Amino acid sequence: MKYITINNRKVPFEDEKNLLSVIRKAGFDLPTFCYHSELSIYGACRMCVVEDDRGRIFASCSEVPRDGMVIYTNTPKLQHHRKMIVELLLASHCRDCTTCRANGTCTLQKLAKQLGIDVVRFQNTKKELPLDTSSNCIVIDPNKCILCGDCVRTCEELQGVGVLNFAFRGSEARVMPAFGKPIAETDCVGCGQCRVVCPTGAITIKSNVHAVWDAIADKNKRVVVQIAPAVRVAIGDKFGIPKGENSIGRLAAALRRMGFDEIYDTNFAADLTVIEESKEFLERLESGENLPLFTSCCPGWVKFCENKYPEFRKNISTCRSPQQMFGALLKEDARMHPEDTRETIVVSIMPCTAKKNEIVRPEHFTDGVQDVDYVLTTVEVARMMGESGIDLSRLEPESLDMPFGLASGAGAIFGVTGGVTEAVIRRLVNSSRVEALDEISFTGVRGTEGIRELTVTYEGRDVKIAIVNGLGDADKLLKQLKAGEVSYDFVEVMACKRGCITGGGQPTPIGPRTKKARMDGMYNIDKDSQIKLSTENPFVKTVYDTILKGKEHKLLHNHYHEHHDEDCGCGSCS
Amino acid sequence: MQKVESREILNQLYEQNKEKVNNSKCRILICAGTGCLAGGSGQIYEKMCELVANNPDVEIHFGPEIAHGDGPMEVKRSGCHGFCEMGPLMRIEPMGLLYTKVKLEDCEEIFEKTVKNGEVISRLVYKQNGVEYQKQEEIPFYDKQTRLVLENCGQIDAEHIEDAIAHDGYQALAKVLFEMTPDEVVNEILESNLRGRGGGGFQTGYKWKQVARQPEKIRYVVCNGDEGDPGAFMDRSIMEGDPHKMIEGMMIAAYAVGAQEGYIYVRAEYPLAISRLKMAIRDAEESGLLGDNIMGTDFSFHLHINRGAGAFVCGEGSALTASIEGNRGMPRVKPPRTVEQGLFDKPTVLNNVETYANVPMIILKGAEWYKSVGPETSPGTKAFALTGSVKNTGLIEVPMGTTLREVIFDIGGGIKNDGEFKAVQIGGPSGGCLVTSDLDVSLDFDSLKKMGAMIGSGGLVVMDSNTCMVEVARFFMNFTQNESCGKCVPCREGTKRMLEILERIVAGNGTMEDLDLLEELATMITDTALCGLGKSAAQPVMSTLRVFRDEYIEHVVDKKCKSGTCTALRKYVIDPDVCKGCSKCARNCPVSAISGKIKEPFTIDSSVCIKCGACAGACPFGAIKIEA
Repeated sequence: MKYITINNRKVPFEDEKNLLSVIRKAGFDLPTFCYHSELSIYGACRMCVVEDDRGRIFASCSEVPRDGMVIYTNTPKLQHHRKMIVELLLASHCRDCTTCRANGTCTLQKLAKQLGIDVVRFQNTKKELPLDTSSNCIVIDPNKCILCGDCVRTCEELQGVGVLNFAFRGSEARVMPAFGKPIAETDCVGCGQCRVVCPTGAITIKSNVHAVWDAIADKNKRVVVQIAPAVRVAIGDKFGIPKGENSIGRLAAALRRMGFDEIYDTNFAADLTVIEESKEFLERLESGENLPLFTSCCPGWVKFCENKYPEFRKNISTCRSPQQMFGALLKEDARMHPEDTRETIVVSIMPCTAKKNEIVRPEHFTDGVQDVDYVLTTVEVARMMGESGIDLSRLEPESLDMPFGLASGAGAIFGVTGGVTEAVIRRLVNSSRVEALDEISFTGVRGTEGIRELTVTYEGRDVKIAIVNGLGDADKLLKQLKAGEVSYDFVEVMACKRGCITGGGQPTPIGPRTKKARMDGMYNIDKDSQIKLSTENPFVKTVYDTILKGKEHKLLHNHYHEHHDEDCGCGSCS
Repeated sequence: MQKVESREILNQLYEQNKEKVNNSKCRILICAGTGCLAGGSGQIYEKMCELVANNPDVEIHFGPEIAHGDGPMEVKRSGCHGFCEMGPLMRIEPMGLLYTKVKLEDCEEIFEKTVKNGEVISRLVYKQNGVEYQKQEEIPFYDKQTRLVLENCGQIDAEHIEDAIAHDGYQALAKVLFEMTPDEVVNEILESNLRGRGGGGFQTGYKWKQVARQPEKIRYVVCNGDEGDPGAFMDRSIMEGDPHKMIEGMMIAAYAVGAQEGYIYVRAEYPLAISRLKMAIRDAEESGLLGDNIMGTDFSFHLHINRGAGAFVCGEGSALTASIEGNRGMPRVKPPRTVEQGLFDKPTVLNNVETYANVPMIILKGAEWYKSVGPETSPGTKAFALTGSVKNTGLIEVPMGTTLREVIFDIGGGIKNDGEFKAVQIGGPSGGCLVTSDLDVSLDFDSLKKMGAMIGSGGLVVMDSNTCMVEVARFFMNFTQNESCGKCVPCREGTKRMLEILERIVAGNGTMEDLDLLEELATMITDTALCGLGKSAAQPVMSTLRVFRDEYIEHVVDKKCKSGTCTALRKYVIDPDVCKGCSKCARNCPVSAISGKIKEPFTIDSSVCIKCGACAGACPFGAIKIEA
């Protein structure tokens, strides 16, 4: 066994990649701004410096642990240096904590308190820089940036997008897209993972809270809300509810109190997606055309594919995402009930920032009317509850409204990587026997690896499937596909690691424990569900027989065209 | 030129070109270093070429004591001679004559008198303390130097590979290719104790050895020519004056570590160096000395030039490799070290220009010989750029272990205007200040480190008693802050705050607490910064604060700058005994701070004065002075 002496205590270690991990494992929570186990080691914040027995001071994040090392993590010198670093960061930072979106979640604020910084001896001489509000998904405030580079590395390394980087040098250094372009004019896919890792309020969610409040207050508007699968296992974080617990009932109660008129479940639309996408997959499998089929539920992924691999666009399923299916369905339902004179406003509560961009894509307008009007992220809804004086943890669960409040377990697991695939396999196997379902869940469809491969047998043929989470891994897979090194029939991609549960609109921080709890939470919902198969959802049948009758294609599918010169009535040509 | 397909051909070419050089009736070498070119040496070269071309068969009469050949006269553009203070320089062989401060108008006279008749033009000869020094080697500036690395700079035409070959060029390469195994080369360098000239002083041979034993087989050899220290130009002079020597050094390194590809990273601000290197690479490729199957062996090496991205920090190893890769030049955390994962994540030998230029002579003359120059632990010579308040500024080369006194007073000729020596900043913005009591310290890696200074890349800025040390610290801190890459907090934010404090002090607004804060920041930056540049960023402040604390206190408490450098602390006064009351000062004052009656002494209202000095410049009687 190898040992390191940390603060005079012998600590065993095995194959930890760096000294910092050993120190943290030993129970000393060294603060960091720029260290994330999933990202490359950057070593810029210098908060994790330690001292060895020879008085040498170095950063522990970038040091390889060696047997026999003698390390001190908290000498007066180190304490002093750490305080000075935080003081220096605060000195060049906007200090209007009370009005900051990151108030309460900001690491800089937390460490200032933790390290007892009670005076900043330097003036903030930085010129105030303009905010980048060009994106529908995120807002970038350079005045709050501490240049830890977490967003830069997340965008580049985890997401393979790489639209953020550093510009200028010294104290003028800034994070921005190349050539100072507004973020909306770059290949940003809106996944919001930069916001998830940002330790301060420098990258925040573009808020639609005010517009939704206005809609609720308007008596002439019927405000209908749909709740995405991954929201229910995360929103509780903001109210002290145990991590990963399903808060859907409490959420329904809260939304009703806030004044939403009808509360539905996006999982219902996920059931529709399963049916449509399975149908499309079987057709393609039959014809052999445009394989592999790529899933289309994740707007970050769709945009990524369009930006970087336009040649694969035809492989993306024509199915709309559950959010968009639901929007189209609800608006169509409203059109069929002209007796209600109120204007229907569809609001969706999403774990995702990219969904804010999805709703304004041209193909998501029906007859010139936007199918989904507003997207609120989990974090925004929590904020609205705060504004309304509602404490989610103190509410009794209530049921959702019918008919669109009922969903199968297959729809529920859409919020986690592999969920869509598992739901589609269930549809192919078409059995709700417990043994059959268990068998599916053990095919390798569940897991956390960036790329998972599995083969299932369907009518005597092997169906090759890949499940990807994280756009960086999608980039790798597409490169291999393009080079002909791999071949698949079905590829599921979710832009965020582990799926929507870590989406750009979810409460932060999202540590390893939170990730696991949310993932388990999603699978528990499925387990507890009485309906396992999308086709067994009774209201789905009703909807196909009524609202959707003869309009399945118009309402549930996208029509991508090479040219948009003429209006063919598909909604995306105008 | 004939293609060098074997060692024999190289030797033939050596003989031929040597003969050509020796056989020349007269060789006129005009310095075409950046300094002399700026002084007009380009036109001088053209004029001399014209004169020689127009008189091809001219009879020359040097007198019986000077032997010369019968071959054609040659006019050559050489690299930097080093004596930049006296440029443009012209060396005339076979006499070894050095003409200084040559002007275009002098050319015809030089041709008529010196070239044709061997007559020395006294006006153009260097003089010191009333003594005339005709021959270059006799000038005290050169006499006290040991020019090994710079041996050819100024002696050969840097734009012709033939000249390099005539001066032992590529002989060391031939020796390693035909007589030594890669391991033997590594061991020879290791044995020689050659230490990196870029500043760190790391053992070069050890670096090579580490690269050679990496499991990864693709390796790179990279040359750091991103000389960024203000006032340093040693590497530039080598690249401009003797590019083949450095290239040869890189090739030997490549052979030793098994690399086939090399990169030279040159400052974008060195256009001449870039063009000479390009020319040298092209010539070497065309003559078969670079490229595939060099000299008929199975050793192949390809060399690329990368222009620097204009940042000081790109001189740091990992930032440099990042920059070559096309990324932002920012240092990264280590490990992995450059020898393990450097350029394109492959094992990389990264040395600086001067280090590579040392290699060929070590191979040719042996490690034992090399160790006999300078102290055993820091053998060899070191080039320094001598600048500041010293009489003879320029590029010098001395054995390691030479004292500062010898450098400043013997080679440098002492302080300008016979002023008083105050300090010398060694090692650029990362180095420290040495003072009178340190004059006898030996200039080598270890002794300087003990003094809290460093050789750095070799900048020596001499300062006299008119220098304000607080201002010096501010100057370097301003440089470091501007050049910080902005990655780590200590360097980015810390240097900014140190600069702010120093600016406050020189403006007369500093407090005693500021001095404590400066020290606090300096310690934190030194202890915690990410890269070497950050870690040494506070050095100039730390060392001046240690040695010249009184001066800081004077600025802070008495609000005075004795040297008169800090404008805000100046106080202009009119000496009533000298003032004639002409009112010229009052009329020139832009803020009407001066008043008085005609023909009576005028006075300056300090509360209004903006210290612009217009009055002092206008006074015909020198009555206006800065109060010390």
